[in-house]
Amino acid sequence: MTLDAAIFFISAVVAVFGATMMITVRNPVASVLYLLVSFAAQAVLFIQLGALFLGMVLIIVYVGAILVLFLFVVMLLNLRGGEDLGQPSPPISRFSKFLIAALLLMEMVFVIRGSTGATDRAVTGMMGPVVDTFGSVEQVGMLLFTTYMYPFELTGVLLLVAIVGAVVIAKREADHEAAQRAQAISEQGDSSNKEVS
Amino acid sequence: MPVSAFLVLAGVLFAIGTVGVLISRNIIVLFMCVELMLNSANLALIAFSRALNVVDGHAFVFLVLTVAAAEVAVGLAMVITIFRNRETINIDRISILKW
Repeated sequence: MTLDAAIFFISAVVAVFGATMMITVRNPVASVLYLLVSFAAQAVLFIQLGALFLGMVLIIVYVGAILVLFLFVVMLLNLRGGEDLGQPSPPISRFSKFLIAALLLMEMVFVIRGSTGATDRAVTGMMGPVVDTFGSVEQVGMLLFTTYMYPFELTGVLLLVAIVGAVVIAKREADHEAAQRAQAISEQGDSSNKEVS
Repeated sequence: MPVSAFLVLAGVLFAIGTVGVLISRNIIVLFMCVELMLNSANLALIAFSRALNVVDGHAFVFLVLTVAAAEVAVGLAMVITIFRNRETINIDRISILKW
């Protein structure tokens, strides 16, 4: 087995293992950590496919920021494994869900395996040697700032909307609760004043 | 390695994400499964980019990553608000919009 294939198989097994464990463990913190393992393996695959920049972005943005955000929320809500999640669904309903996903997977594999056209030969054949600059920061950056400049600028707007939206959604109730608490305290103060008098 | 191996792997990860979305009761795990599905699509985009030797796929992956980050920020803010109001993250009990 060549080094290329070894890297692929090890990363693929780790990625699938992490993803499977993520949906089977009950503890949300363990779930986040398994997803982290899966994403790290997928970053290796990105780099193997020549996407150096995006592999690094995946590690920095997903593992470094998004999954830490998930961990923050899990710990903020103080969830424990198996708490408050109700009864498990009956076996027949669970089986039907697995069946749906298995059918979806078979469909995708058939499409990939059944390809015969000219473009498809590039997909099913072995990968050729990679050009040195392929997927480098320079090349992706040039593409983002020339051909895809408008979408790139729009992502800036999208992120701004997301920041403002997240703050608005998470904050409004906090104000409401603070008002309620202040009201409760003042009522309490009134009643204790009455008791004194 | 043929590029189709990466595509099959992306399909497997997507299917695992689908199972997770269907069977998960925990809204945070459900979000993570959506992230997994988005990233498996990214893997497929990068694999095609490598097979056809064009870098455009990388730009799409970059945009998908940005959208995923925005989605997580807003989604987790909603999870926090829901938990504050209803004291639960069980999706079977957050079904008041269901007809």
